[in-house]
Amino acid sequence: MNTEEKYTLASLVMDHALKSGAEQVSVSINDSRRSNIDIRDQKIDKLTESVRNSLTVALYVEKKYSAHSTSRLKKEELFRFVEEAIAATRFLAEDEFRTLPEPDLYYKGGSQDLMIVDNSLDAIDAKAKIDLATQIHDEAFKKDERIISVTSSYSDRISNRVLVTSNGFKGDASSSNVSLSADVSVKGETGRPSDYWYENAIFFDKLAKSNIGTKALDRAIKKLGPKKIKSGKYPVIIENRTVSSILYPFYSALLGSSMYRKQSFLIGKENKPVASPKLTVIDDPFIRSGFGSALFDSEGLATVKRPVIEAGVLRNFYIDTYYGKKLKMKPTTGESTNLIFGTGERDLQKMVEGMKTGVLITGFNGGNCNGSTGDFSYGIEGFYIENGKIVHPVNEMNITGNMNQFWFSLVELGNDVLEGEAFKTPSMMFENADLSGI
Amino acid sequence: MNIKRREFIRIGGITVAGSMIIPSVLQSCRGGAPLSQSASGYMDHFEVTPEILDKVIAAAMEKGADYADLFFEHTLTNQSTLEDGKVNSAYSNVGFGVGIRVLKGDQTGFAYSETVTPEAMLKAAKTAANIAGSTGKSGSVNISEFTPPNYYPVVNSWENSSIKSKIPFLLRMNEKVFAGDKRITKVNAFLVDSSSYIMFYSSEGKLAWDYRPMGVLVGICIMEDKGRVENSAVTRGFRTGFEFLTDDLIDELSTDVVRQTAMLFEATKPKAGEMAVVLGAGESGILLHEAMGHSFEADFNRKKTSIFSDKMGKKVSESFVTIVDDGTIPGNRGAINVDDEGNPTEKTILVNNGVLSSYLHDRISADYYKVKPTGNGRRQDFRSIPIPRMRSTYMENGPHKKEEIIASVKNGIYVDNFSNGQVNIGPGDFTFFVKFGYLIENGKLTRPIKDVNIIGNGPQALADIVMVGDDKKMSNGAWTCGKDGQGAPVTMGTPTVKVQKLTVGGINS
Repeated sequence: MNTEEKYTLASLVMDHALKSGAEQVSVSINDSRRSNIDIRDQKIDKLTESVRNSLTVALYVEKKYSAHSTSRLKKEELFRFVEEAIAATRFLAEDEFRTLPEPDLYYKGGSQDLMIVDNSLDAIDAKAKIDLATQIHDEAFKKDERIISVTSSYSDRISNRVLVTSNGFKGDASSSNVSLSADVSVKGETGRPSDYWYENAIFFDKLAKSNIGTKALDRAIKKLGPKKIKSGKYPVIIENRTVSSILYPFYSALLGSSMYRKQSFLIGKENKPVASPKLTVIDDPFIRSGFGSALFDSEGLATVKRPVIEAGVLRNFYIDTYYGKKLKMKPTTGESTNLIFGTGERDLQKMVEGMKTGVLITGFNGGNCNGSTGDFSYGIEGFYIENGKIVHPVNEMNITGNMNQFWFSLVELGNDVLEGEAFKTPSMMFENADLSGI
Repeated sequence: MNIKRREFIRIGGITVAGSMIIPSVLQSCRGGAPLSQSASGYMDHFEVTPEILDKVIAAAMEKGADYADLFFEHTLTNQSTLEDGKVNSAYSNVGFGVGIRVLKGDQTGFAYSETVTPEAMLKAAKTAANIAGSTGKSGSVNISEFTPPNYYPVVNSWENSSIKSKIPFLLRMNEKVFAGDKRITKVNAFLVDSSSYIMFYSSEGKLAWDYRPMGVLVGICIMEDKGRVENSAVTRGFRTGFEFLTDDLIDELSTDVVRQTAMLFEATKPKAGEMAVVLGAGESGILLHEAMGHSFEADFNRKKTSIFSDKMGKKVSESFVTIVDDGTIPGNRGAINVDDEGNPTEKTILVNNGVLSSYLHDRISADYYKVKPTGNGRRQDFRSIPIPRMRSTYMENGPHKKEEIIASVKNGIYVDNFSNGQVNIGPGDFTFFVKFGYLIENGKLTRPIKDVNIIGNGPQALADIVMVGDDKKMSNGAWTCGKDGQGAPVTMGTPTVKVQKLTVGGINS
């Protein structure tokens, strides 16, 4: 289905829902095409192709709400689907807070192209994809006698979306992604560590296509022979590509739904310090070719560039229409776009060199965070550092703390912003982290 | 169960949950043939014939593949949600389509189609066929129909259960939880039910089918006391129909969630470091799932990336340790009548009296190791390829008593309530997150603890199991295991177990 056909079908379904008794309706149609190739130990391991379609209809019937999705997009079936869904909705309890967004807050069109889709991905033939994946596989394969297995992947995706609502929103968005990755396992005396590297891009031409297998191999080898260190309070540096793990609970606490359900440790903290003054985070939806760039959110609300944290002070939550009404807060948009972090002076290497005794965390292993209290505990792996030098890899340790205090212990941000992601995190250094080891 | 096609298509308010989400292929009512539990009923359901199946298989094999299979699925999912004392939102989803997999040696080609017309299926088959780069032809095969046992008989199907009949149970939970403690300020609850129709056909002529019901109930309690907020959740999941919902179940879950939440106010963090850990019977089976189960999945061993890949037939634990993975427990969330590669399910013994005795196999790995498939080839849905997955993983009873196990610990912790876990297959480092537990001091449970991660190393932890109780219990929580981006319903269980030493996340003075 092309975009016009999607609009036509979405409008038909919307009109049918209105005729069948719904007061308000929104309909979205999504499709995505994906292709993936895995090469393992010199052979194609997996080759997958998929095209996925879905239609979701949200219904507001007699102040009652329900939402339904299906992958079956024939018009007659959809009409029947909607009729049945409306009948189901009538059994639910009324909920005065359920409405479509205020039309004033909708994206109205006219913004410049965000440049987030590369339609030429469709024209790349399978041979070229296989060659690319093979090339990065070969960067590592048999390059070290300790290698057990090398897997590399090429994958690409184009997604398209159309949203219409009965109070006037009409919008479509498309995005693409292409990536190359490698995963290398090596054999040591005590274990078989593995590590990966990947490169991500929106446009095929912008994708870094080499030095991926090499980096994965190098990282895996460095993890050989890990040891635990003594439990204690240590300064830690969290590598840029790993920071997001510890950031997600913080992001989750900013959502209207979390706050309403009291599963947020940031309730009532607006305009108050929640982190070290070194932390500034801006949500910027409009970055050209940004991985999280969007002109409207899943409800159609126009995105706005806004500060989330300014010098440690909390400035904005993510509030959708429903929880905005329940919390008596103005909707902001229900989800993040690109998160841009203020950066420091040094790169990861220099930060490590400047550390007397501490741990560089390069990966998390499980763990969780209690959303209501901010108490967290995660497994970690990485490297023990002494006098600015890596002494040995560490594993089988935990980091434990509370989000409300932990972010105040942030002492430095790197200048090594992670590209290829919507959360553009630099490496970060925290002091006095509680580590559990021996 | 013997659902008649006519019943399937009943419409109107009272059967909403079921009928609103059926695809129209089922609505024509032509002939009114019964969709009984038979291969022809399922072929009818997916509007295919043996001739069409063979044609699609032939297209999948046309480039010289060794093997191909088709996985048809129709899944209806409903969610009913309670917030603020009312069941005020509902969600549903229809998944319908066919996954086509082609194997050449251990190489996989895969594509899927969300429509099951011959044209659409042939197109997907030709895409998947590309894994085999030459030409070939498949001969005709005789269909061998596998009639599976039924480990999850259904009394009342979810499709025939209206949302109206589900609402009172959620309201009861709200009422019971609020009545449990006056500090409770919020209750959220939701019910997710699903019904899956599965049909499998392979180039070897194997034809299998399954009807898979699932009910999941979740209750979340928020309590506030002197400015502090704590939350706790309870879940249950079973492969059953509407009979899953009973007042007794609701009352049990409500009591549990209130008790759990109230205890959190007393709990603190333990001291950081290595210590003895006593794993209480039931949910502690998460240790087996993370520390051993994943590492026993044969794909990791075939690729030699698992830390257990050179340990088959070797002693990995004390002789009183026996660990199994079982797909045959009646009504269990991890049960499957037939796996997603058409193989019968079974009770697989992984560690037999301390000796590693089997991995968990899918078709590719069983071929590689030249062993009988264990029925562990599972997929999230028709959009995913089958891979080795656990079902219900548990430890059999051992010789010790719970009391003596606790009494044997001078300084350690007792844990039996978890939210999640993870493992790094190669190094073997696994973790699980403890929502709630107790310190053990001088052989006695003392202060409650909460929100700590425990980390250990699989082979080491298995060797460090020094005591196993005789009080085996299954956890029927709604556990979902994630691997390669695919979710699979599983369960776990264990008697009380003592692990000599694990690293406990905590604070340092």
